[in-house]
Amino acid sequence: MNETGTAPTDRHRISGRTWLFGDNIDTDAMYPGFAMKLETPEAARHVFYDLRPGWTEQVGRGDIVVAGRNFGVGSSRPVATLFRHLGVAAVIAEEFNSLFLRNAINNGLPAISVPGARENITEGDVVTVHLTDGLVVCRDTTMEFPPLPPMILGILDAGGLIPRLVADGYIAASGSTS
Amino acid sequence: MGMTMIEKILARAAGRDRVAAGDTVVCAVDMNVLIDLMFQYWHEPLALADPDRTAIIMDHAVPAPTLGDAQSGILARAFAAKFGIEKFYDVGRHGICHQVIAENALALPGQVLTCTDSHTCAGGAYNCAARGLGPAEIIAILCTGTTWFTVAPTIRYELVGELPAGVAGKDVFLHVAGIWGDATNHNIEFGGPGLASVPMNDRRTIATQGAEISADFTTFEVDQICADFLAAHGAADYTQADPDHDATYADIRTIDLSSLVPYIARPGRVSTNAAPITEVESRHVDQCFIGSCANGQLEDLRIAAEILDGRRVADGTRLIVTPASQTVYRDAVRLGYVQKLADAGAVVTNSTCGACFGYHLGVIGAGEVCITASTRNFRGRMGSPDAEIYMASTAAVATSAVTGHICDPRTAVL
Repeated sequence: MNETGTAPTDRHRISGRTWLFGDNIDTDAMYPGFAMKLETPEAARHVFYDLRPGWTEQVGRGDIVVAGRNFGVGSSRPVATLFRHLGVAAVIAEEFNSLFLRNAINNGLPAISVPGARENITEGDVVTVHLTDGLVVCRDTTMEFPPLPPMILGILDAGGLIPRLVADGYIAASGSTS
Repeated sequence: MGMTMIEKILARAAGRDRVAAGDTVVCAVDMNVLIDLMFQYWHEPLALADPDRTAIIMDHAVPAPTLGDAQSGILARAFAAKFGIEKFYDVGRHGICHQVIAENALALPGQVLTCTDSHTCAGGAYNCAARGLGPAEIIAILCTGTTWFTVAPTIRYELVGELPAGVAGKDVFLHVAGIWGDATNHNIEFGGPGLASVPMNDRRTIATQGAEISADFTTFEVDQICADFLAAHGAADYTQADPDHDATYADIRTIDLSSLVPYIARPGRVSTNAAPITEVESRHVDQCFIGSCANGQLEDLRIAAEILDGRRVADGTRLIVTPASQTVYRDAVRLGYVQKLADAGAVVTNSTCGACFGYHLGVIGAGEVCITASTRNFRGRMGSPDAEIYMASTAAVATSAVTGHICDPRTAVL
């Protein structure tokens, strides 16, 4: 069991205030079709636009989204880019849709599958995620998850696939158009 | 111990003798497909792993409805020209990518296909390990020609019996989704003797909608019907992946096709939310939509034209029909389907993803009720979150357009 809270946050140790969401939240609830006509900063204002109006004004840098089962069912649209724009530091779900999970990791957003997460976390709790140890600590409860493999950690450490492709010389540093 | 269909495909692509559920493997990608929307998130590679294993298909927002989409088109054309990408399906040769993939035999048995659209599992109808990935990963595959997969456990649907008249692939899918719910972090495969009564268009509907039950990969066995379809579309060299008799499955579920009826999904989601259509008959509908990668195929337009022939779309109801590709559109014009649909008061649009994702050509407003044969009934999917989206077969949507309310399609086949 790890200590909580006191050591300085490193890149594999993420602490943040939590926001709780339910089961089966689809990508259209986070990145609706009409928002795909907008640039990222504008599109990000519509995350959970119907499910939880006003949330994008409340969420802060370093916060953590906690959701239920089958989180992110739906599209390939990169919701993680909107979460990152809003400052979300990690997403914990009891179960992810695999496309959503890949999209999150590939855009540099830690996404952790923790069965039973919502039973142990109350919205507003500050939790600490230990990516390499496979632990989520919330108050006096410690939840376990399979530690992220080195390949996944490598993508997260780079800040996502695109920065890594830049670092590896596959795309030019100035190649971004977004 | 044997392997399931998907395990065989991923093992071959990873250069291994075998893989099993839980393994993470790096696979060579046989075909990597880019769509117009991903150029919103574009980072151009300095070099491509293989331009011949790359396709670009303009589909979601064509012809461009916004300046941003116009810019995406400019980037796509420049990219195709710079790297000499021959499989470039620009406006005029365009269509929903999964339809264009099928028409050009880009998804082949035993191979791996990736694309920036979640319904890429459509290619599973042809025994291809096809799945949607995000834009960043598709760019990575452009660069390296590979990506990784963690092999999920497989659920097998064993089909027996024959599909009754008036019951379509959509109904098979709605039955699966309604009874068994989500297959999150599982693969699903379809096979068995009942497959013989399920035509290729229906198989593609089912494979496409694996995304709605959150499956990783959805695949079908190759039978003579599939082999004939592939040959007719120019496919030559492929090695199909047949499941081993001693493969390990998370579950095997038998479906007697002869027992199925027309189903409908209620608004919100399909999983554990579908029922026989007779249970929700008589709900007034404002909009009826036939289209998308799931049900914008030529057979869908034929069915709709046959039902609408000599009839009228009900007052107070509108019917939008969106062919899945320019090829489908041209064939439907040539065969007279478009004429019959237009004469009946339907709007036949350009081929695009359009109304299915609430972007253009048929967005629905607050308080409206839509019955759709497209892919998703998520809240807000086709426009206002205060609209209701029911999902059913093409025949059910066309019949409902005539009556103005949700209706059992078997009443129209009379």
